[in-house]
Amino acid sequence: MKKSLSISILLAVLSLNVAAEESVELQPANIDPEDRASIVHGAKVFVKYCLGCHSIKHIRYQRIAKDFALDDKKVLADIAPQGATIYDKMNTAMNAHDSSKWFGVNPPDLSLIARSRGADWLNTYLRTFYSDPSKPLGTNNLVFKDVGMPNVFWQLQGEQQPEYTEEDGQKVISSLTLGKPGTVSPHEFDTMINDLVNFLAYVGEPVKIERERMGKYVLFYLIIFLVISYLLKKEYWKDVD
Amino acid sequence: MKYDGVDDSKRQFLTSALTVVGAIGAGYLAVPFLSQMQPSVKALAAGAPVEVDISKLEPGQLLRAAWRGKPVWILNRTPAILENIKSVQDQLSDPESKASIQPANAKNEFRSIKPEIFVALGLCTHLGCSPTFRPEVAPHDLGEDWKGGFFCPCHGSKFDLAGRVYSGLPAPTNLEIPPHRYLSDTLLLIGEDGGNRA
Amino acid sequence: MKVSRFTLYTNWLLDRFPLKKMWHDHMVHYYAPKNFNFWYFFGSLALMVLVNQIITGILLTMNYKPDAELAFDSVEYIMRDVNWGWLVRYMHSTGASAFFIVIYLHMFRGLIYGSYKEPRELVWIFGMLLFLALMAEAFMGYLLPWGQMSYWGAQVIISLFSAIPVIGDDLSLWVRGDYVVSDATLNRFFAFHVIAVPLVLVMLVFLHILALHEVGSNNPDGVEIKKIKDKDGIPLDGIPFHPYYTVKDIVGVAVFIIFFATVIFYMPELGGFFLESNNFIPADPLKTPEHIEPLWYFTPFYAILRAVPDKFAGVIAMFGSIIVLFLLPWLDRSPVKSIRYRGPLFKKAVFLFVVSFFALGYLGMKPPTATLTWFARLFSLIYFSFFLLMPIYSRWEKAKPVPRRVTQPPSLQRFMTEVKTAYYGAPSSKDKNYTLYGSTEFRTYPSKQGLINLCVLLAKKLKASLD
Repeated sequence: MKKSLSISILLAVLSLNVAAEESVELQPANIDPEDRASIVHGAKVFVKYCLGCHSIKHIRYQRIAKDFALDDKKVLADIAPQGATIYDKMNTAMNAHDSSKWFGVNPPDLSLIARSRGADWLNTYLRTFYSDPSKPLGTNNLVFKDVGMPNVFWQLQGEQQPEYTEEDGQKVISSLTLGKPGTVSPHEFDTMINDLVNFLAYVGEPVKIERERMGKYVLFYLIIFLVISYLLKKEYWKDVD
Repeated sequence: MKYDGVDDSKRQFLTSALTVVGAIGAGYLAVPFLSQMQPSVKALAAGAPVEVDISKLEPGQLLRAAWRGKPVWILNRTPAILENIKSVQDQLSDPESKASIQPANAKNEFRSIKPEIFVALGLCTHLGCSPTFRPEVAPHDLGEDWKGGFFCPCHGSKFDLAGRVYSGLPAPTNLEIPPHRYLSDTLLLIGEDGGNRA
Repeated sequence: MKVSRFTLYTNWLLDRFPLKKMWHDHMVHYYAPKNFNFWYFFGSLALMVLVNQIITGILLTMNYKPDAELAFDSVEYIMRDVNWGWLVRYMHSTGASAFFIVIYLHMFRGLIYGSYKEPRELVWIFGMLLFLALMAEAFMGYLLPWGQMSYWGAQVIISLFSAIPVIGDDLSLWVRGDYVVSDATLNRFFAFHVIAVPLVLVMLVFLHILALHEVGSNNPDGVEIKKIKDKDGIPLDGIPFHPYYTVKDIVGVAVFIIFFATVIFYMPELGGFFLESNNFIPADPLKTPEHIEPLWYFTPFYAILRAVPDKFAGVIAMFGSIIVLFLLPWLDRSPVKSIRYRGPLFKKAVFLFVVSFFALGYLGMKPPTATLTWFARLFSLIYFSFFLLMPIYSRWEKAKPVPRRVTQPPSLQRFMTEVKTAYYGAPSSKDKNYTLYGSTEFRTYPSKQGLINLCVLLAKKLKASLD
C-alpha cells in the first residue's frame, strides 16, 4: 500500500517536470566521428566561414592530420589558412578588442561548444536564422533569441521568413519559410551544416573514436580477468560452502 | 570448514593464472600512467624546427635563437677566427669530433656546413650550463694562449670557436651541433637536417 | 641447510619490522563471518577507488594549473595534448562519482544490517567522518576545472556560510579569500584538495579499518560470531579474511571495473551526471548559468537546503541531515541488528527513507518550482522522521528471534541456476522450435517473458537480501 503510494507520488513528480519544460524542438544532427570526408569538409567550412571570428584554440592542425591520417602538408594546404604551421592551434586572426566593438561581445571559442550545447542544438541553431527587421543585424534566431551573431551563411542559405500563429493570445513563430532562395539548394546547405556540426563535435572531444575503439579491448580483457578470478574464488570457497 | 579433498594443484594453477593476467593488466595500465609524463604535444610543438634569418649577421657576430627551449648559437666566423681554429688543434681532447654529436655534413674541421657560419647548441656537454662567448684573443683572465672561444663559468670548461673542448677539462665532448640546413643563403632551418643526422 | 640470499634479506627486514605480524593480524588471522553477501563488496571497492583517485590525482596535478587564467585551458590541455591525459582525467572524474555510489551503498549496507550498533559505534563514526571529508574533497575538487558550474556551484555553497548569524559574512569572506570566488579561492581549494583532505582521508581510512578489526565485522544476520568459538578460540562461523575474502573481493573488483571502464570508454559524461555540459564553458563571473545544480551526489542535501524557506534554517537543515547520521547508533533502540530479524515497521521505514533520498536527489537537480518545493518539503520531512522517530518505532517494535549461528551464505552458483530457470523456463521446456541445437541456450533473441521473469527474480533477490 505504502509502496504504491510513494511510487505514484514519484511518478507525479516526474510528469510535472516533463510538463514544465518547453523549448524549440531541436533538429537532430547526424554525427559520425568516423566519417572522415564529412569532418574534413566541415573543417574547411569552419575555416572559411567561422574562423574569421571564432577560434577553436584547443585543437592543432597536427591533431586533425594525425586523427584522420592526412599528410601534414595537405592539411596545411587544404584546411589551414595561409601562413599557418602544422602545430598551430586554430586561433582566429581577429583581435578581441575589435570584436567587442563590432558585436558587443567577444565571439566565444568554439572548441567545446558541441559538448556544452550539444550537436543537435548547433545543427538547429545554424539553420534557424530568420529575418527580423527590429534587430540591429536584421536577423534573429529560433533557439538563441537575440543572438549577436549575424547569419554568416545568408548568401548560401537565402533569407528565411518567420510564420506566426496565435497561441494563448501571443504571437508565436510556428515555422520558417525560405523567402529569397540562396546560392545552394536546401539539401546541399543542410549537408554542409551537418558536416560543420560533425567537425565541431569532433573538435569537442577528438579522442572519442580512439577511446571507443580501445574500450572493446579493455572490456575483453576484464571479462577474462573476471572469469579467472571467479574460478579461483569458487575453488577456494569449496572449503566454506 | 572442511579442508579435505582440496585440489592444491588447481588452486596453484588458478592463482598463477590470475597473477599473470593481473600483472599483464597492471602492465598495460602502467603504460598510460608512465607515458603521460613524456613530453606532451605542446612540448613537441615547441620542438618543431625554427627558421632563422641570418642575412643581418655581421662577421664576428653571434646570434642566439631558441629551439626546443635550448639556446642555439649562430656565429659568423671571420677568416681570422678560422685561422685561430686551425692553430689550437693539438690542445683539444676530440679535435676530429669522433665522440661528439653533429650532423654528418658538419663533421669536419670547422664543424659546420659552411666554414664561416657556425651553428651549435649553447649548452656545455658537462652539466648543461650555457657557456659565455669570449671571442677576444688573450684576455687577462683567460691567459695568453686564449685564441677566442667559449668559456663555461660553471666548471671552467673551455671550447674553441668551433665548439671543440680543450683537453684536461670537465666537459667530455665537443658542443653538440643541432640538425640544421639552409633553406636559402640567408635562411637557416634549425631542428631538421634533411637526412644528414650523424 | 642452505639459505637463499633472498630469504636472508627478507629475514633482515622481518626482524626489524612487524610486517608478518600485520599480515597475520589483519589478513590471515582476521576472521570474518562466512555469510557476507554482495553488499559487503563495497568496503573494499571504496578502498580501491580511493587508490585510483590518489594515483590519477597525482598525475593530473603534474599538468593542471591552479590559476583562474589557466585552469580551464590546462584541463583541456590534459584532455588533448598530454599523452593519455584524457584517460587519466576520465578515470579521476568517473572515480569521483563512483566513490559516492560505492560509499552510499556501503553506508546503506551498514544501515540495513545494523553495523553501526554496539560494539561498532566507533567504526560508524569514523566512517561518517570519512564521508564528511569525502564531501569536502569532492566539493573542492569540483571547483578546479573552473567551468561555469564549478564557479557558480562554489559561489552558492560558500555563500551558505554567510547565513550563520554574526560571523557569517566574515566567515564566507575568509573561506573565499576574496569578495567573490576568485583566483585566491581556486588556489586554496587546490591546496586542500590535493594535500590536506587526502591526508585526512587516508588517516581516517586507517582508523576505520583498525577500529573494525578490533571488534570484528558484522554480517547480514547481525550475529556476533565471536560469541561461539571452537577450542582454538576461532569463531565457528568465521573464515580467514585471506584467502577467502581476498579472492572474493577480487571478483567484486573485476565486476566493478567492468562498469567503471564502460563509463570511461563509452560514456564519460554519463548523460551529464558525471560531467555536466555547463562545465565545458569557462567560468564567467559576470554571467550565471540559467540553472545551477550540484553534481548528483550532493543533490539530496541541496534539495533539503532549498526546501526550507529561511536561509539560515535551510543551512541548519542541510548540515543537520548529515549530522543526524552520526547519531544513528544511539537513535536505534532495537535489540537486534539486522533488518532480517526486525519487524515490518522498520522495513517500511527504510523503504520510505530510500524513496525520499532518491526523490530528494532528483528534486535537487530540478529548478525549484512551487510544486516541486512542496514535494521537497514532504520528502525532507520523511528523511528526518526516519531518524528522529527511530527511538520510538525501533523500541516499540517486536523483533523476531535471532539465530545463534549465521545462516547459509549466498551462492552465486545457486543464483545462476535460478537466473537460468527464470529466463529459459524450467529445463523441461516444451518449446520445440528452439531445441534445434539440443539446448535452449542457443536462442539468439532475448525472449520478452524471460526478461520479465529475470527482472522479477532480481527484484525478489534484492528484497530477500533485506529480509
